[in-house]
Amino acid sequence: MPVTVKLQPAEAIAHVQRSILPTPFYSRTSRLNLNQQWSEWNGFASAVYYGDAHLEYFSTRNTCGVFDASPMRKYRFSGADAAAMLDRMVTRDVVAQAVDTVAYNVWCTDAGRVVDDGTIFRLGTEEFMLCCADPCYDWFCLSAVGFDALKIEEISEEVAALALQGPTSCALLKAMGFAGIEQCKPFQIMRFPFGGGEIMISRTGYTGDLGYELWLDPRDAEQLWDQLFSVGAIYGIQPLGDESLEMARLEAGFLAPDVDFHGSLHTVQRGHDHSPLELGLGWILNFKKPHFSGRAALLAQRESGNYRRLLKLDIEGNKPAEHSILYADKKCAKEIGYITSAAWSPVVKANIAYGLVEAKYFEGPIWAEIYHQKELRWQRKVARCTRVTKPFWSPERAKATPPPDC
Amino acid sequence: MSNPADVIIIGGGHNGLVCAAYLAKAGRKVLVLEAASGVGGLGATREFAPGFRAAVAHTLPQLGRQLVKDLDLGRHGFSLAADALPTIALAPAGGHITITADGLEGASPADSTAYATYLKLMKKFARAIDPFWHKRPPMLGSGGLRDAATLGQFGWNLRTLGKTDMREMMRMIALPARDLMDEYFESPPLKAALAWDANIGSKLAPRSPNNAVIALLYRMSGDLTGGLPLARGGTGGLTDALAAAAAAHGAQIRTGSAVARIVVEQGRAVGVELAGGELIRAPKIVSNADPKTSFFKLLGARHLDIQFTNRINRLRMNGQVAKLHLALDGLPDFTGLAEPGGRLLLAPDMQFIENAFDAAKYGGYARELPMEVLLPSLHDDSLAPAGQHVLSAQVQYAPYNVQGGWDAHRDSFLDNTMASLERYAPGIRDRVVASELLTPADLEQQFGVTGGHWHHGEFALDNWWMNRPTYGASQYRTPVPGFYLCGAGAHPGGGIMGAAGSNAARAILEEN
Repeated sequence: MPVTVKLQPAEAIAHVQRSILPTPFYSRTSRLNLNQQWSEWNGFASAVYYGDAHLEYFSTRNTCGVFDASPMRKYRFSGADAAAMLDRMVTRDVVAQAVDTVAYNVWCTDAGRVVDDGTIFRLGTEEFMLCCADPCYDWFCLSAVGFDALKIEEISEEVAALALQGPTSCALLKAMGFAGIEQCKPFQIMRFPFGGGEIMISRTGYTGDLGYELWLDPRDAEQLWDQLFSVGAIYGIQPLGDESLEMARLEAGFLAPDVDFHGSLHTVQRGHDHSPLELGLGWILNFKKPHFSGRAALLAQRESGNYRRLLKLDIEGNKPAEHSILYADKKCAKEIGYITSAAWSPVVKANIAYGLVEAKYFEGPIWAEIYHQKELRWQRKVARCTRVTKPFWSPERAKATPPPDC
Repeated sequence: MSNPADVIIIGGGHNGLVCAAYLAKAGRKVLVLEAASGVGGLGATREFAPGFRAAVAHTLPQLGRQLVKDLDLGRHGFSLAADALPTIALAPAGGHITITADGLEGASPADSTAYATYLKLMKKFARAIDPFWHKRPPMLGSGGLRDAATLGQFGWNLRTLGKTDMREMMRMIALPARDLMDEYFESPPLKAALAWDANIGSKLAPRSPNNAVIALLYRMSGDLTGGLPLARGGTGGLTDALAAAAAAHGAQIRTGSAVARIVVEQGRAVGVELAGGELIRAPKIVSNADPKTSFFKLLGARHLDIQFTNRINRLRMNGQVAKLHLALDGLPDFTGLAEPGGRLLLAPDMQFIENAFDAAKYGGYARELPMEVLLPSLHDDSLAPAGQHVLSAQVQYAPYNVQGGWDAHRDSFLDNTMASLERYAPGIRDRVVASELLTPADLEQQFGVTGGHWHHGEFALDNWWMNRPTYGASQYRTPVPGFYLCGAGAHPGGGIMGAAGSNAARAILEEN
């Protein structure tokens, strides 16, 4: 039997060739992306870096940088049961969360294993927006069973999102005419007229520095970008790619999904998922809440104390401990864990990392076995690791209201 | 809030009453809250036409001696109208086969021999699993000694069947009824009659795998008599005796008291709120309602973990059986049957049952419907005026989710039922003084059972033992402290048996 193969014309599969869809800012970001270095995030183009990842990173610490967060998945929860449904799904108190505030949250299986993390924006008494890095609609639908006065809509493509991060971010927004933005407290939401409608600005971010996230109608996206870059020129504005954000978030002590942890619904092997306690998220487990999904399991785990710890580590030397195995001794006889993220931190001037360490060993000595290259020749070194309890980078300006110089 | 009880039991169906009686007997202060005006649930004997009475559940194959003895039910008014009804596989033109406790009558020699072999094997299997009907199911991975012991005993009981029979049980356990019956028998109506008991009540038919043998063994769990017993006064005679026994031990039973919700404080069930707004506190709340009603309507998903909630939500609870009650002005004539004194099965062959199921699978119903027919008034003159009779029939398949809703289909389903009955009992229509057809929608509405499902959830291997209603709630405790299940949705399941109620009572007593 003859086989006929019908090929699509090239223009019909242009997006497949790139593997990516354009975000509402693509007309602007694509012009700035000098080497067309894109990664794929939820089907959308996300710049790996625009020009130089280090320069971009430094803008988050010294001036300000803009990250296109539009590929983030966004969901609207509305209805009389919305607060109760979310309250039961996540670990923090959603019922008590004030309108126009944001809260970082995590949601777990019955066994208290992390499904995913994200931020909940309370937009009204009965309206919320939930943002997370990966799609989670299926879990939200499962979580909605038994709550009737509730509507869950994916609004990812109805909302364009930019993160504006860095010490000059507040001054820039003020200069753009967002009067009173300096009064916006961390995790608070403010709204301003913009373009054809409204822009929502939350004092949130993924860099640990002073910063804001801007949420708006995609039709107004290009106008916002242009204003940011024209007014922002004297504020040292830079576009941020994935690489610079990755450095900043590690310094800030934030977790990256699929890097520091795998969602429980995506792991196959036992113990390859995580509890929030293991990930250092005990501070967002509100056990005063009579119930949330996984509460009983997490309470038992907390009481047992017998769980791995994702530790912040300061590692001697300057060779990032990427992909390292951790040991309890310098001879590397007793393996006790592994590194999930590692980098040389330019702002802290330290060799920093997260390491997941077995319950029995997290208080004892920790050594990282690091492999690095010198002119292509592999070198091995075993470096002492010191536990750090605070985020590596947490400047005062990130918390101050109004921020300095505003 | 008043605090009159140690334990509140929501629902005065037979399991709720059994649970109440055992707890009260052990000295607990028990309050039973029943929504209806009388106790008994699907077992209650109700007057469906002036002078004519019947219960939805009409026979007692699973009732055990221990329950009757423990609760001294004889002293509280329980007696039998018949102790060993035969099952008669009717053939439309006569030539019926009668199935008694000891063997077959009217069957071919080959079938009689095969039945003896079959019965011997099934009795052996039934004995092996019998202790587990009356025991708390194990919880896998609990690390508990008792769970390990139960599992160990289960394994031991299977092993001591002997290698051949153990292998045979493993092979047979998930077989469709049709394959099993075809292996043993040749008579089509005999096979249909035996297959009937394997599937009735669940959304399953002779060709469905997953439940046949376990359902047949479950049905063999009763040991009250050597055969199929009928309670005097209808099944309500039993439930009334259970209520009397519970009351005699000090349980308080309040009828006409619908519970609107369970009150949860700090993650613990602490009381109930009645439909009228009255709050009653108790440290332990036990639900005789089905799992979906218990967890969704009474408790609320917000008190439960997400995956657990979804397991409850996924329970298959669409009832498939309609109940027909006919008031007859005299005894009907069944072709070739001297007196319709047994349990009559009206299905010429297994395919006939399957055809009715096929229609129901897609939200319809067949023109010709198989059914199980009983004339309880032949054995109990309290059920009908002198010389007149009650016909009580379980008719399959009547899908809960019939397309267009039951209001649009009740008359036509009744017509089909009557026509199917006429094939065996010509002229029966002329004897009908009054009739009542209870579709699954009616059973749901009148008895508060989700989907009108008899068993409070399919009786099938995936919803059996440690998976009934689901792991996390299969030991009568639920994930919410202070809240328990005692209904047919818990192990061992439906049928008028009371084991869920007595097992739950034991689990609650052991906690103290």
